[in-house]
Amino acid sequence: MPETKMTARDVKVFYGEKQAIKGVSIDVDMDNVTAFIGPSGCGKSTFLRTLNRMNDTVASARVEGTITLDGEDIYAPSMDVVQLRARVGMVFQKPNPFPKSIYENIAYGPRIHGLAHAKADLDVIVEKSLRRAGLWDEVKDRLHDSGTALSGGQQQRLCIGRAIAVEPEVILMDEPCSALDPIATAKIEELIHELRGRYAIVIVTHNMQQAARVSQRTAFFHLGELVEYGVTSDIFTNPRQERTKDYITGRYG
Amino acid sequence: MAEHTIKAFDQEMDKLRGLIAEMGGRAESAIEKAMLALQRHDKVMAAEVVAEDKRIDAIEAEVEKLAIEIIALRAPMANDLRDVIAALKIVGVVERIGDYAKNIAKRVPLISANQRTQEPIALLPSMGQVAGEMVQDVLNAFAARDADLAVAVVERDTVVDDFYNSVFRTLVTFMVENPKTISECAHLLFIAKNIERIGDHATNVAEMVYYAATGQTLPDRERGGAAAEG
Repeated sequence: MPETKMTARDVKVFYGEKQAIKGVSIDVDMDNVTAFIGPSGCGKSTFLRTLNRMNDTVASARVEGTITLDGEDIYAPSMDVVQLRARVGMVFQKPNPFPKSIYENIAYGPRIHGLAHAKADLDVIVEKSLRRAGLWDEVKDRLHDSGTALSGGQQQRLCIGRAIAVEPEVILMDEPCSALDPIATAKIEELIHELRGRYAIVIVTHNMQQAARVSQRTAFFHLGELVEYGVTSDIFTNPRQERTKDYITGRYG
Repeated sequence: MAEHTIKAFDQEMDKLRGLIAEMGGRAESAIEKAMLALQRHDKVMAAEVVAEDKRIDAIEAEVEKLAIEIIALRAPMANDLRDVIAALKIVGVVERIGDYAKNIAKRVPLISANQRTQEPIALLPSMGQVAGEMVQDVLNAFAARDADLAVAVVERDTVVDDFYNSVFRTLVTFMVENPKTISECAHLLFIAKNIERIGDHATNVAEMVYYAATGQTLPDRERGGAAAEG
């Protein structure tokens, strides 16, 4: 059995009066990349954001139910949210490097989290993170150029490197390739494949082929419900639920 | 079933089903005509069966091309994917069924009209009819995504096998008693074997149809047994 990293039980999310997530229970494990798919507004991104309490930043949002990381309730009052977000990193739809050098983009997190202070230690983390993000060879000679000067695909890998630098346990990716061309997308997908096993990875994607390519587990969301969750190859060859079938075969709506 | 958001995809899938239905109709009619030609010793009709097999081969090529295009351009999923893959596999088998009918037709001129062994020849058309109906039904089952009909086809294979065993015994007895008929009986035996193989192939197709329709493989116990002899 793969090691369960995060567990959600009967999670409900409300934006004011409106209920966006209607009682979702799911386990995320270390060995498998988990993809969340579903039409716009189905709640997949909202649910992803509950996993590192990004919804806390939305004033009207309210989360019910239980979410644990290694058995620990992440919504417990004692939970340090800054620490949580270091353990559960996030990569967004649009690459959002800091307007600083490539080096500083990576070094910033480890420095503020106290993982390293000496320049030599930071150098090691920067190189290791950029290597894991598959970016090192492309940027090693210009580490002090601005991160925003990189191409979109390189920026996104820089953001993944930035997430990796603080040694997270889980990486959440919210449509990480939707702003990228097919080649940059393929590089990110290959990177996800390489990172699998080292981190628990959850990816939200509108691109079903991408879910099929990168994940081993797929969860289909619809109208705030988790309709079906299973082995990716089963979901794409023989889904159990009519709604899943209609969506993945292009019959939805 | 609901339509695809992209209508052209529906049209392509319909075309695929239409081609397979046509192929099934032609294969069934080839079997029927081959049996009729055998019964009447009609060499002209037998030659027609041989000539018409080219159309079955052409449909196979057309389905393969269309299926590959659908996979490349539409990236079909779930039941759509199973249907396209089943279509690809089915046409290969139906093409083989057509070849068996053609082979039967080719033997018709080789069986001399004056010393025909009437008894086994009388059995063969009934056997051919069952096999031909299996082919027709199983391709209808594909078109209608009808798993029950596919199971019914599988169950009917034992009828063909029983026919075969009966024809086999009859022919062996004939050959022992009338060694002069051995050459003719050998052809009839091959014809019976061809029909028996057609039944097996229809059964294979039924298993593919069942999988395409349900996503499950057909449980073993529902599969027909093989012919006991020869």
